[in-house]
Amino acid sequence: MKMTRAEKHRLGTGLLFIGPWAIGFLLLTVYPLVCTLVYSFCDYSVLMPASFVGLTNYRDLFTDELFWKALSNTLFYAAFSIPLGLIVSLFLAILLNFNVPGRGVFRTIFFLPSLVPMISLAVLWQWLLNGELGLINDGLRPVLNAINHVTGMHLAAPNWLGDARFAKWGLIFTGLWGVGHAVVVYLAGLQDVPRHLYEAADIDGANFWHKTWHITLPTLSPVIYFNTIMGLIGALQVFAVPFVIANGGDGPERSLLFIATYLYHNAFEYSKMGYACAIGLVMFALILALTWIATRLSERFVHYTAK
Amino acid sequence: MLCALSACHPTAPHDGRVVVRYWDKWNGFEAEAMRAVVDDFNAGQNRVWVDYSAVSQLNHKLLLATSGGVPPDVAGMYAEDLPVYAENNALTPLYKLAAEAGVRREDYVDVFWQTSCHRGTLFALPATPNVSALVWNKKMFREAGLDPEQPPRSIAELEAFNEKILRRRPDGSIEKIGHVPNEPSWITPTWGTWFGARYWDGQAAVEADSPENRAAFRWMRSYPDRFGAQNLLALRDGFGSYASSQNPFLSGRVAMTLQGVWIYNFIKNYAAPGFEWGVAAFPSVDPARFKAVTVASGDVLVIPAGAKHVREAFEFLRYLESPAPMEKLCLGQRKFSPLRQVSEDFYRRHPDPYVRKFAELASSPGVRPVPRITTWNEYSADLADAAGRVLTGSADPDEALANVQKREQAHYDRARERWDRNVKTLTALWAAAESRQ
Repeated sequence: MKMTRAEKHRLGTGLLFIGPWAIGFLLLTVYPLVCTLVYSFCDYSVLMPASFVGLTNYRDLFTDELFWKALSNTLFYAAFSIPLGLIVSLFLAILLNFNVPGRGVFRTIFFLPSLVPMISLAVLWQWLLNGELGLINDGLRPVLNAINHVTGMHLAAPNWLGDARFAKWGLIFTGLWGVGHAVVVYLAGLQDVPRHLYEAADIDGANFWHKTWHITLPTLSPVIYFNTIMGLIGALQVFAVPFVIANGGDGPERSLLFIATYLYHNAFEYSKMGYACAIGLVMFALILALTWIATRLSERFVHYTAK
Repeated sequence: MLCALSACHPTAPHDGRVVVRYWDKWNGFEAEAMRAVVDDFNAGQNRVWVDYSAVSQLNHKLLLATSGGVPPDVAGMYAEDLPVYAENNALTPLYKLAAEAGVRREDYVDVFWQTSCHRGTLFALPATPNVSALVWNKKMFREAGLDPEQPPRSIAELEAFNEKILRRRPDGSIEKIGHVPNEPSWITPTWGTWFGARYWDGQAAVEADSPENRAAFRWMRSYPDRFGAQNLLALRDGFGSYASSQNPFLSGRVAMTLQGVWIYNFIKNYAAPGFEWGVAAFPSVDPARFKAVTVASGDVLVIPAGAKHVREAFEFLRYLESPAPMEKLCLGQRKFSPLRQVSEDFYRRHPDPYVRKFAELASSPGVRPVPRITTWNEYSADLADAAGRVLTGSADPDEALANVQKREQAHYDRARERWDRNVKTLTALWAAAESRQ
């Protein structure tokens, strides 16, 4: 069917608008992704031409205990940091949504930490979590002393970043520093909750918790879903903060070795870009799979008001 | 971005000289020292202009620029990185140029010539060198009733001194200690050197779990057993950063550490006035067998593969490697010279009272170059992790090293496969590069 002149004009305009994005997408996303796939089957140091080695990188990867260590650390971090971040940010958003004097000031105060650059954040938390001199343990010691006094136990403040048992927990708490972004998204979502639902619930005698559980959370579920996916992607790619906190290493007993860190080591420190590409692709597949699962679950738990 | 990486020369003169682009990692007074030598070179002739740039994260940028075909003409790198760059055809072989210019192995302290070569080919020329040595706090020795002028001569003696210097608080935590193997933290992978370990056989086998290295790891394991793992962790947490007055050696919390020649600069900048210190060979496990043991490394200058002005770049290297400019550089950076021929005036003018001791160690029979195996980055990271586990008492030394051995042999086998695949190409490329010079 022949296009009319107006249709051609519209198509041209459309292509012109989408063109810059399409070029960027092809050059900066599709091309690197295809290269990653190709190089993952090669021995490639960047400095020498790549040599095809078949599935060697993938075979090595699946028998590489450090890869599994990095994967389990990453999943542990994601499993605890995402729910904790969601709960804390949602809780703060609900509190900050109350119509109290100085609400704007409180909102700013809670958002400000998320503007701190990640490197500064990591250095700051390195000191806050210092086992001997850190403020966290300074606050924790009197509490533990009181518990010890009452119960006769011998609890001691943990060496957050020096002890493999606590390092990941230290990092998870560090992540809470940046919940400000999620809080803003929740606050925006909270403005969309229809007032008449609360009024109807008030008439029915619902209390705060009833309203939160039956009105606020279901209405906010698309926002919760969005923050979960963003949190998932962020948690599976965690790199800068643990890298700086561990001074460029992997933390005690490699407890802060994450997939992205291991990829970086292989690509830029061990001259194994082909192997790093294989790690990258596994990470890509993992994020894709978990996002797909979350999307499937969202069909059951996410409610869109427009539907 | 390419312009930012390489192509723009705002400082290049327009008098027809060949511009040699030189990247190095230095900043502060060390950059100034190198810049002064570059200025002398630029002023002393009218054919070549060296454009010196201080570049952060030099290794990454050199990797990208070289692979992109726009490397600088000269780059400074750490000697331990040389094997990886050489085996990836990122460096220009220098034998022919060196021979033509009369640069000879005999001119150098031998270990620094060794660290400039890989697989029998010269790929670099030494810049400022380094060796590690025992550095001790004389005041802490005196307070512990030890002779401040008498450092320990064996590991056993070191530990006896350690016990005497140790001060605990009433709750059992450590206030001061003679020595801990992970201060500074980066030295743990190479402790085996003082027990006679070699790390690899120079051919195909990694030797992480050699009896000598196992002995070194058992020595490290004795620390949590004697002092308590939690006490050691708490002690370390109280240490400030290296470049600060809270550095545990400079603040009097650790009396004996293994340091390089750079320690003078840190003492000058961060230690309290009147800080008393001494330098000696770090004691080995058996002084009769292993005398004056030290690990040598340092900075080397290379001409990356694909550099546009190889001959002019080497002209600058040749100048720098002459006794007077090299002494000026090493004096400015407060280090010793990698050359055999050093003037008395150099030592007289040098502010570090122990610079001659470091220079002597570099020529001692116990000197070992940093292991020149292409997988050293991951190998040393693996050794550091094993040492960390042993020092917190969570791993058995033999088991930890058996794991390192297994992993690192596999890594090295892969690296050798890469070498075997590339050896013909590389040999041809190196021969072609030399024939073009």
